[in-house]
Amino acid sequence: MAKYIEMIRIRFLMMLAYRTNYYSGILIYSINIGAYYFLWNAIYGDKGAIEGMTAIQMTSYVAIAWMARAFYYNNIDREIAQEIKEGKVAVEFIRPYNYLFMKMMQGLGEGIFRLSFFSIPGMIIVALVFPITFSAEPAVWLLFALSLIFSFTINMQINLLTGILTFFFFNNAGLIRAKRVIIDLFSGLLLPISFYPGWAQHVMGYLPFQAISYIPSMIFTESFTGTEIVNAIFFQILWALILIAPIQVLWLIAKKQLVVQGG
Amino acid sequence: MKYATVFFQYIAQYLKSRLTYRTDMVVEIVSDLLFQAVNLVFILVVFDHTSFLNGWTREEIIFIYGFFLVPFAIFGAFFNIWDFNERYIMKGEMDRILTRPIHSLFQIILERMELESLFGMITGIFVMFYAGRQLDISFSWYDPFIFITLALGGAFVYAAIFVLIASISFWSDSPTSIMPMMYNIGNYGRYPVDIYNNVIRFILTWILPFAFVGVYPSAYFLGREEWYSYAFMTPVMGIVFFAVSVFVWNVGVTKYRGAGN
Repeated sequence: MAKYIEMIRIRFLMMLAYRTNYYSGILIYSINIGAYYFLWNAIYGDKGAIEGMTAIQMTSYVAIAWMARAFYYNNIDREIAQEIKEGKVAVEFIRPYNYLFMKMMQGLGEGIFRLSFFSIPGMIIVALVFPITFSAEPAVWLLFALSLIFSFTINMQINLLTGILTFFFFNNAGLIRAKRVIIDLFSGLLLPISFYPGWAQHVMGYLPFQAISYIPSMIFTESFTGTEIVNAIFFQILWALILIAPIQVLWLIAKKQLVVQGG
Repeated sequence: MKYATVFFQYIAQYLKSRLTYRTDMVVEIVSDLLFQAVNLVFILVVFDHTSFLNGWTREEIIFIYGFFLVPFAIFGAFFNIWDFNERYIMKGEMDRILTRPIHSLFQIILERMELESLFGMITGIFVMFYAGRQLDISFSWYDPFIFITLALGGAFVYAAIFVLIASISFWSDSPTSIMPMMYNIGNYGRYPVDIYNNVIRFILTWILPFAFVGVYPSAYFLGREEWYSYAFMTPVMGIVFFAVSVFVWNVGVTKYRGAGN
């Protein structure tokens, strides 16, 4: 276990070396949130609430969804694809650790870095500029933190799956991009799932994506209450468990038919 | 003439290299389509809950988006140099570019081409036709020519902004993440700029003129007469901004000192 914790630490320190990059990153996210703020204000017009959410809740939703994204988002799928293409993965196989778990820990190191140097200061800045509500209930914050851990896990699992698919396609830049687009749309980052028409919500109920952004953001803005929160977190746990199976299966097949292209 | 020959030879090479990984190319085109669909879905879902966006109807917003896709596709195919700093300055690749017998910016455009993006034009025109029919827009014989002029103008505005930002790297080679920010700000130009406050509107019109890629030129086809003067300024903005960006690029090249090895 110590070696995996070391992985988190090393990646954290690596990110720290490039931290100046992140100040402009905060600006990017703030501008993005600003665009959505004006857009949503225009959408709301003089309507008080849409689908049970007020305009202020909506602004908070957009802000927290983007700031949480900084925590769970990473390019581990691209890194895995790169290592496979360069043949480095052959060396990784003989190292004394579980490759996938190690990648996950690196992603966590990155996430913790962004959470502390990006999301938290960014959220404070955004809250100064735009009207955003924060919950006063410690329980809400705790449940939000819990659901954020699962949103990281599930996003990571999907990244691992996409990364492993490079073993079969050799070049999967297109797939990685497609995955990102699908997650942006179906995770609730751009639009809360409750805004979609009923049939679409029904379909998305069978997909893991809303566990990534919709659930933590709804908990944060207190749009979910009571049993809704419990159900949502169970939904996340269930998907985190289900996704282990395809990863393991693909990983075993991939190891058997590994073709090293160089390295 | 030499430039045209080089251009077509690069296109031929590009197609050969792309066809090596066919599955990936197909997935890439599909993912482009998906990306375009996502923005459309956003508009559709939002208009499920409201009928006007500051006085603009759903079909008008869809039309603007369709128009935006055309210049954006041209830009994406030829001027998508968002990784210029990393790829050419930090790795010292610019040295190689400068030894080539054609203009340095043209050489980079040739190397960074992504012709798949041009499919976006088809999507865009399709979306515009759909929205146009719903809105009962009547087209005159000269409208296609105006459309081409405005779309090219928009593409040059977009290109100019990216060339200008890439040129910053000649003076300061430290990594910045301004480039991805530009994609986000570019999205502002897709919505009627009168929903934003005056500061953002001014920036989108005169400083980072993304409004000339989407909403202003579309205003001509949508018959929004109050914005006609902006619409017809689109090609002028495109030419002026692009000329300025090439000028800044040329000055920047003289300041280039090379990085390491």
